[in-house]
Amino acid sequence: MEAFLAAAIVAAMPLLFATLGELLTEKSGSLNLGVEGMMLIGAVIGFITAYGTGSPGAALLGAFGAGAAGALIFAVVTVTLRGNQVVTGLTLTIFGSGFASFVGDPLIGKSVPKTVQAFFAPAPVPGLSEVPFIGPVFFRQDAFVYLGYALVVLISIYLYKTRPGLNMRAIGESTAAADASGVAIDFHKYAHILFGGGLCGLGGAYLALVYVPMWQADVVTGRGWIAVALVIFASWNPAKAFAGSFLFGALSILGFRLQSMGFHISQYLVDMFPYIATIAIVIISTHKNRKEDLPPADLSVPYFREER
Amino acid sequence: MILPLRITKKDDVPRRQMAAVLVVSIGLALFFSGVVMLFFGLNPIQVFGTIVQGAFGTAMRLEQTMIKAVPLTIASLGILVAFKMKFWNIGGEGQIMMGAFAASWVALYHQGLPAGAMLPLMALASIAAGGVWALIPAIFKAKMGTNETIFTLMMNYIAIKFVMYLQYGPWKDPASQGFPKIPKFPDAALLPDVGGMHAGWVLMLALTGLVFLFMNFTKKGYEIAVVGESLDTARYAGMNIPAIIMTAMFISGGLCGLVGFVQASAIEKTLTWGLSSNYGFTAIITTWLARLNAVTTLFVCLAFAVLLQGADYIQLALHVPAAVAQVVQGIILFFVLGSDFFLRYRVKWIGLARARKEAVQ
Repeated sequence: MEAFLAAAIVAAMPLLFATLGELLTEKSGSLNLGVEGMMLIGAVIGFITAYGTGSPGAALLGAFGAGAAGALIFAVVTVTLRGNQVVTGLTLTIFGSGFASFVGDPLIGKSVPKTVQAFFAPAPVPGLSEVPFIGPVFFRQDAFVYLGYALVVLISIYLYKTRPGLNMRAIGESTAAADASGVAIDFHKYAHILFGGGLCGLGGAYLALVYVPMWQADVVTGRGWIAVALVIFASWNPAKAFAGSFLFGALSILGFRLQSMGFHISQYLVDMFPYIATIAIVIISTHKNRKEDLPPADLSVPYFREER
Repeated sequence: MILPLRITKKDDVPRRQMAAVLVVSIGLALFFSGVVMLFFGLNPIQVFGTIVQGAFGTAMRLEQTMIKAVPLTIASLGILVAFKMKFWNIGGEGQIMMGAFAASWVALYHQGLPAGAMLPLMALASIAAGGVWALIPAIFKAKMGTNETIFTLMMNYIAIKFVMYLQYGPWKDPASQGFPKIPKFPDAALLPDVGGMHAGWVLMLALTGLVFLFMNFTKKGYEIAVVGESLDTARYAGMNIPAIIMTAMFISGGLCGLVGFVQASAIEKTLTWGLSSNYGFTAIITTWLARLNAVTTLFVCLAFAVLLQGADYIQLALHVPAAVAQVVQGIILFFVLGSDFFLRYRVKWIGLARARKEAVQ
């Protein structure tokens, strides 16, 4: 059980990073459906950088930058040029998957260099890793996982306890009111869309570098879309995003577990679990109507000061 | 941040200006795609030249181009009906798969049927299956307001996994010596040739006309457009919104399902899990580029078929991955989405000093 849950944490990380990224983007009022594309762009650039330099730091930086660059396209088209957010996000996903297969083509089947693999080896946290049950599940993981925990805490503090966090939530709830009170709308939107894209890129890179430490073009397989659903499931709350990612991480490795325990069930039917569960979540979330569970009021509403 | 520009809304845009902006943005997109290719060490002139050769160079390549235009157009027409309603059906891939599954079930499990009954039954089954697959998210959208984007997308993965399950499991051909293949269709289930290529092109032209007439000249088509324009207006006019959503999505999924029938019957001659070949996604781009007009969709799809076939060819001729086509498609749509801004707004240079003054007011 402990081993299963520890593996679920690893499987949860790509989802967690992407979910947090999309959460920040949506909190500032933009619905970017390009998560899958940004994860793929981050995955391929992260992998290439790791392969070329052998440096884990450079790979993560590259992946973050690449995800943010993908998000920049979205920001220019939807914030500055006021294009349709849904279609722009979908295009980013299509573009990203093309980009990853195109750029990654020479790398198919290549593995992650030893130096990078070593960096992502589990590093138990002194003390905490000895706590029964909690230790083996949460604190005998790799550095990236700890970065994920830290992000959940930092983003929660940022959103609910800081001035800039308050400003950006104000934009998401009522862009016109935030504008009237002097918040720089476009700057905040760009900043959060780009940072969010960077996190999606990191999530993708973790898949390519750690989860499947070998390049394959279809490495993300819908996780970006699951992340979009998890944002709704989490009611735009970082702590709940962690819980949701953990749950889906567990679901995505459940089939493998069941088979190794001797259940005879087709791999392909088991593979459907996370997708069916995502649909279930989307349906259940429709019924949310407590105020704190609702999406930001101005989510995906285009804003143009002169049109008020 | 203050820019030295004044941006005001435009009221109406002449058709000529719309066309000009479109041509300029596609031109810029192709130029930018060339820059990207240069960056990755490719010669863009050679790549584009080879794409054109690959699409038109020989009679056989031209036929391949048309073979790609057929599924893309029919799927785009399906997506069009949903998008017109602002129902974001991105489940085209899954609807194609389920259509192909139903057509294959008819073909493989009713072998005795004559061609005259076989093909129409396969087509009807594919429309029904694709339609029902799209109807599931539509019912939740219509009755509860469930987000259709994620729902339809997830249905893609479920459909593809289901066909994989069939291909590697119960439908695997026992005669294929362990190779995961579904048996070939009987001859009666293969779409015949008409005028040198498979009959799908007739369907493509007929459906383009039908969808155009349906969307522009029927009450249902008009209702779909109204629901997309404004739910309040539709409600005020006393329209039955849930019924309209479900009808439109059944049509949308049905058309995508029909693509599955054409591809299974004419191209693969059986069911394979790779059969949808991204047509369901590419259709999103083509439909939007065509501004949700059926006739324009046909022409955009023909142009995109050139790009797709050309990309397949450069993979053979230049060893450049065919995914380059997807990159170019994405770039084209980014530019066109961005260019809409210049149709909707007038941008005037007024200098920084004046912009500052106006910002204070």
